[in-house]
Amino acid sequence: MPAIRLTDLTLGYDRHPAVHHVSGEIAQGSLTAIVGPNGAGKSTLLKGIAGALSPLGGAIALQKGQRLAYLPQSAELDRSFPIHVYDLVAMGLWNSAGMFGRIGLGQRGRIEAAIAAVGLTGFERRSIGTLSGGQMQRALFARLLLQDADLILLDEPFTAIDARTTADLLELVQRWHGEKRTVVAVLHDIETVKRAFPQTLLLARETVAWGETGAVLTAGNLLKARHMVEAFDSHAPACAA
Amino acid sequence: MLYDLLIGPFAEFDFMRRALVGIVALSLAGAPVGVFLMLRRMSLTGDAMAHAILPGAALGYLVAGFSLPAMTLGGLAAGFAVALAAGAVARLTVLKEDASLAAFYLISLALGVTLVSLRGSAVDLFHVLFGNVLALDDEVLLLLASVASITLATLALVYRPLVMECVDSGFLRSVSRSGGFVHLTFLGLVVLNLVAGFHALGTLLAVGLMMLPAAAARFWTADITRLILTACGFGMLSGYAGLVASYAAGSNLPAGPAVILAAGVLYLGSLLFGSQSGLVRRLLPRAHLQR
Repeated sequence: MPAIRLTDLTLGYDRHPAVHHVSGEIAQGSLTAIVGPNGAGKSTLLKGIAGALSPLGGAIALQKGQRLAYLPQSAELDRSFPIHVYDLVAMGLWNSAGMFGRIGLGQRGRIEAAIAAVGLTGFERRSIGTLSGGQMQRALFARLLLQDADLILLDEPFTAIDARTTADLLELVQRWHGEKRTVVAVLHDIETVKRAFPQTLLLARETVAWGETGAVLTAGNLLKARHMVEAFDSHAPACAA
Repeated sequence: MLYDLLIGPFAEFDFMRRALVGIVALSLAGAPVGVFLMLRRMSLTGDAMAHAILPGAALGYLVAGFSLPAMTLGGLAAGFAVALAAGAVARLTVLKEDASLAAFYLISLALGVTLVSLRGSAVDLFHVLFGNVLALDDEVLLLLASVASITLATLALVYRPLVMECVDSGFLRSVSRSGGFVHLTFLGLVVLNLVAGFHALGTLLAVGLMMLPAAAARFWTADITRLILTACGFGMLSGYAGLVASYAAGSNLPAGPAVILAAGVLYLGSLLFGSQSGLVRRLLPRAHLQR
């Protein structure tokens, strides 16, 4: 059983498909990038896998017993809330601590280690409202670290973030890959994908190409993806397929 | 002299002691609830729900006169109904939650005043609208103490998911299904505390002891734990100061409004002198740090 299996999957809003008849598998322990033009359905697909959106058709099957972590594109995070970086990161322990569980010495150590791993040591007592965009993303990655998930979904994790932060966070992604966790990330920067992601799904509402990154990201495929998305009709007839 | 002003009234008069105990109980539970209302940007929701309680309490009054159980039950029922109805209208129609709440509370206020006037005198109406903090009997005190205990215990139980829901509801949804339950529990606490406040301060001022200390505390700290403690302290302080001022002023200053006015003074003072973006701090330039 693969980590994720999509069977003739259609996802969308108001009957309009954003992801149309997509089938395929994501192997356990693989590192996959989802790329495609704006409006290609990348974020929608991730939302569907995370369970935040139910399919209009087809099915998403996740391997049983997997622990899932999902970092949405623009986290619905209230940055004016008076809470420290430390406590934000500590939320990642929900799965082990839950509503009442004690955060003991061992867990405190894990929280501090996660904060150190993303390079935010010294920021523990800072309000989250005072963080820059890159620092905030580092804090969210620290929370992901604590979630200790088998399947990690990242929606444009490096958008609007400087090169140094991107490199640091990419290192964490590589570490997760080394630990045999399954990672799926929506990305825009083709160079990053070519450098760091072995598998790629090129999406333009439908699958343009899916497989080894080198074979997927050809000039021909990228051009094809761009043309496919531009065909949108608000009065399209019902899909028979 | 100072003793006569600050302690004497409470040593001498039973009703002053009762008022103080009632206000302390209200502040203990109301202030933390107010802090979360403020942080969830629901301050006006609290206000609207305070008004929504009126017709329910008024119905209880019509049926049974000034009966504590009848008015409490009526108020609770009306508060829950409006909270749920406003949420449903917001989900099912194009109207946003704040607009539908405004609609509901205006209707409720008009309806409540009409209902009380059907049977009662202007004095009764005044009592319902502004409460009578100097006439708390055993029954009411017991209610206020119970509400405070229930609220604090419940807040302690749901504290973790409640904070998570406020900061990052999407994240809570991704790890747990408790989000909706936590939100409803919280709304329940709001209604409970408003009904408790209604008995002491009346429908129009009940929300004052919730929101003003919370808003004032925000000018002093940027940490949620301290925020809650500060708000509780501010609530009790304004209760005490309001009662003392009202006693000193004789019959010219009714006790309920005096308590809320004291809270208002604390708020304005914090707004001006607070250490977290208080106005004076902003106007007095201080050298910025090196790093």
